[in-house]
Amino acid sequence: MKFKHFSAAFVAATILATSFPVAADLTYPMLSYRTGPYGPNGTEFADGYADYFTLLNERDGGINGVKTITPECETAYNTAKGVECYESTKEGALIYQPLSTGITYQLIPKVTADNIPLHSMGYGRTSAANGKVFSHVFNYPANYWDGASVIIKHISDEEKGDLKDKKISLLYHNSAYGKEPIRTLEELAKKHGYKLTLVPVDHPGQEQKSQWLQLRRDRPDYIIMYGWGVMNQVAIKEATNIRFDMSKFIGIWWSGSENDVLPAGEKSNGYKAVTFHGVGDDYPVFDDIKKYVKDAGKAAGDGSNIGTALYNRGMYAAMLAAEATANAQKIHNTKDITSGQMRDGMESLKIDNARLKTLGLEGFGPEINVSCENHGGPGLAAMQQWDAKAKKWKLITEFVESDRSVIDPLIAEDSSAYAKENSLKARDCK
Amino acid sequence: MSPLFLNALEVIVNGLMAGIMYSLVALGFVLIFKASGIFNYAQGVTALFAALTLVGFQTGQVPFAHLINTIFGTKIHHWGDGFNTILAIILTMLVMILFAWLLEKIVLKHMVNQAPIILFMTTIGLAYFMEGFGDLMWGADIKTMDVGLPSGGSLWLEDFTKGWAASGTEYYGMYIDVLDVWAAGIAILLVVALTLFSQYTKTGRALRAVADDHQAALTVGISLRTIWIIVWSLSGFVALVAGIMWGSKSGVQFSLSLIALKALPVLILGGFTSIPGAIIGGLIIGVGEKLFEYSVGGLLGGATENWFAYVLALAFLMFRPQGLFGEKIIERV
Amino acid sequence: MFYRESGDFKTSYAEDQQSFPIKFDRYAIWILLGFAFFVVPFFINDYWEKSVLVPFLVWSMAALGLNILTGYCGQVSLGTGGFMAVGAYSCYKLMIAFPGMNIFIVVIIAGLITALVGIAFGLPSLRIKGFYLAVATLASQFFLIWMFNKIPWFYNYSASGMITAPERTMFGIAISGPSAPSWATYLFCLTLVTIFAFIARNLTRGRIGRAWKAIHDMDIAAEIIGIPPLQAKLSAFAISSFYIGMAGAMLFGVYLGSAEPGEAFGINVSFLVLFMVIVGGLGSILGSFLGAAFLILIPVLMKNIMVGGFGWPADLAAHLELVFIGGLIMFFLVVEPHGLAQLWRITKEKLRLWPFPH
Repeated sequence: MKFKHFSAAFVAATILATSFPVAADLTYPMLSYRTGPYGPNGTEFADGYADYFTLLNERDGGINGVKTITPECETAYNTAKGVECYESTKEGALIYQPLSTGITYQLIPKVTADNIPLHSMGYGRTSAANGKVFSHVFNYPANYWDGASVIIKHISDEEKGDLKDKKISLLYHNSAYGKEPIRTLEELAKKHGYKLTLVPVDHPGQEQKSQWLQLRRDRPDYIIMYGWGVMNQVAIKEATNIRFDMSKFIGIWWSGSENDVLPAGEKSNGYKAVTFHGVGDDYPVFDDIKKYVKDAGKAAGDGSNIGTALYNRGMYAAMLAAEATANAQKIHNTKDITSGQMRDGMESLKIDNARLKTLGLEGFGPEINVSCENHGGPGLAAMQQWDAKAKKWKLITEFVESDRSVIDPLIAEDSSAYAKENSLKARDCK
Repeated sequence: MSPLFLNALEVIVNGLMAGIMYSLVALGFVLIFKASGIFNYAQGVTALFAALTLVGFQTGQVPFAHLINTIFGTKIHHWGDGFNTILAIILTMLVMILFAWLLEKIVLKHMVNQAPIILFMTTIGLAYFMEGFGDLMWGADIKTMDVGLPSGGSLWLEDFTKGWAASGTEYYGMYIDVLDVWAAGIAILLVVALTLFSQYTKTGRALRAVADDHQAALTVGISLRTIWIIVWSLSGFVALVAGIMWGSKSGVQFSLSLIALKALPVLILGGFTSIPGAIIGGLIIGVGEKLFEYSVGGLLGGATENWFAYVLALAFLMFRPQGLFGEKIIERV
Repeated sequence: MFYRESGDFKTSYAEDQQSFPIKFDRYAIWILLGFAFFVVPFFINDYWEKSVLVPFLVWSMAALGLNILTGYCGQVSLGTGGFMAVGAYSCYKLMIAFPGMNIFIVVIIAGLITALVGIAFGLPSLRIKGFYLAVATLASQFFLIWMFNKIPWFYNYSASGMITAPERTMFGIAISGPSAPSWATYLFCLTLVTIFAFIARNLTRGRIGRAWKAIHDMDIAAEIIGIPPLQAKLSAFAISSFYIGMAGAMLFGVYLGSAEPGEAFGINVSFLVLFMVIVGGLGSILGSFLGAAFLILIPVLMKNIMVGGFGWPADLAAHLELVFIGGLIMFFLVVEPHGLAQLWRITKEKLRLWPFPH
């Protein structure tokens, strides 16, 4: 009884104490996950995200002189915890990047009601690229469907433009995320004439013997993978076991981190993945991160993962958020922006190559141009390939455009279905 | 022979192999349930913990590095190059024994004569504890497990079987993962060793006595608490073997603890109290789910294995409610 | 001294059989309910609603349901996640099909649909017992989730298979959807939970509850004294699933707002609810609430202390949190194996005697 009273009072006290973060700083809450089945991936992304903001604080004294903070909240990739984290951090928050498709879906209606922008970079609801329906959700620079389309484009290039009667298999995580590319790939199959087989893998995907026996029998020309977590490692291992030509095994960006290929060892050499940003640490910005963040002992992790695919992605996400903040400060002519102003900053975000160069990220990503109708950005992506000897990814193509003629109608269709279900009216974008 | 038949044969062989892998996990459950009536929910996490510890010793990680660094502001990661595999396995085993001893001293000795569901709940608490503890101790990143076991499809078998198909048909030879063959071999050794141990040693006989009747075993002077430590250490060893096998496939990471879910249908099918039951149950589940996925799964859209394993086990239970090899349930009013 | 049973005389059967025969309990309940209904709604904010109170109420509902089946009737089930998914998807389909329908009715119907599914999956319990039954119910868990993932009709053919709750109202006030006010969702859940906790309490005290308890103690003996096991077990499955279905509908519609079957209703949910029931106390209505509070609120509390209070890195805090929760569960079981509800009973005893323990 006493314990109960005591703890109840304690709950009240601590929750009250923590639900009012300090204002004045620019707040970028991190809904990260460092535990649970996807923890290893979430850790790298979160480190990159936090380190970039630390860099801005240390090197430039914040964004235009205003310090940034990144309060972190552990979601364990769990949607219920995601909601708790959102509610506990939303006071003064400028932007959310939850790194989970499930949590993104959850937050879409909530952020719209609370007037906070949500940036799901390369994940989340693909049709959120339609800014007319999703006013507060952004998914530039590329989404799942762009990824699928760029993969097909790459395969088509490899096959010298002829995909007729080629066999392509999609190995996917049997969840909301994994099912995203199916419709796009089916539409593209109609256009290019390849034969698509779907091979689902249930969470968590430790046992994929049936799937790989099937793939071995089918002998597809290419395998595309939309996996996450342990499914990636097992799939790549099984692919090497059946001696599948690794250069014909292509993953989405969430199946293209060092974590995924390392357990399979040398045999995973040649595995490809699509990506929307640069790989490795050969960009000037990383020198700054090493100098101002890692060596100063302020890194979020132990600094060993600088330059890994997911770290870079986290850093890229942070960079885009920081640029949007600067943009918002410029349009609204105030240093201390609100989340609504941040949204405007994101909606008119323009990053060209010259700007990337000043950021020390020349060639790291494509030019970005966001508008009121198009929250999905350019939809450009490149291919990366794994070099098992050097233990490094390298880019093997330029950033190429996805097949807009197929994707745009799909986005329009899906977003209008959402608008209808929730009786929303499309915004007017002058 | 037609390729269709050969493919089915391949599915069956691989199902048997997968089944062995399930059995490896199920064995740990059976050992503990037999000796103490505890349904040990933490078995999967134990496998993860054992594998983490092994890799930690192999690579020379400093335990609790992150925690120490946070508290004292130090920067330690590794103390050296680590031990070789054999030494690391022995050290890991010592850790597992220490763990069993502590568990008995702190928790289990208070739990004698409690209802099964309470004991079950205790192991759930243990699972939470070990999950957090393992991550604290060794970190949550994915580690590569390499104990020198070969892996990959067997080329020899592929060439050997290529000619079996009728000429003019498409057939690529039979596939089998060498790692699975090793796992099967080790599992057989393990079962033989466990059987010999329980049949022919004094401790083994004491173990069986405890499994039969706690009270009676106590009256003839068998120390229940020593037996429990032995059993938990044994199941820690089995967990280590399962952790090595599964970890070689996927790397050592949190998801390794989820293999327990694969062992549950095996357990109910084989019966909670039978070691051969765990093996046979594993084989039936492995073959059953793979054949179902091969034959019917495609029509239903795939990914049927997870539920089919349970449905299959359920079907067996309808005829034998105590599992295939379980002790017959006799109820008296 | 503080808690008295003496001097509380009853002069009619009605008085003797009321839900809370002891005056002290009655007053305590009324004060608590009064506080929950008339004070809390004025002070609630989004954080308290979405992170503390609504989750607590939703999981209490689920724990109540499972406690009826596992605590009172003795049938261990690990299919809770699947049944919650049935409730959630029924709720979604009803919301889409009948936009004008009162959400209260939607939730009730979702519960009824789940009850039917529960009866179907409860049939094996007539033959299988104990842990064998627990694992057998996992078949329903995995099958239901697979089905909701596979058949596009359930998620209205959307690209990803996620379902999102549209805005639906009760008496003109939004209960689901993003713009629902905190007090409204809170009161909605509180009302449902209060009504059904009250019903559960009376069900378990009545004829049907006695039948369940008899089955729990020994089903063969119960059969011999004339309790039909078919009826008793299936009614427990039906009523338990009804509660769990409503909890699923509330989880999806009111609390989360969108859901994906494998993630929101996966196997870990089944385990979580079972933990709540065991930690709280098997066969106790109060225990369902205490168990839900323990497993939902303690993690939030610990996170706030460690990250908010001490400023530790979030990952360390998350790992330590697991260690503490695991340790706490084991500690409680060592100290009091019959759950938190038993601790309360002991406290009551102490309070009754205090300050004269002899």
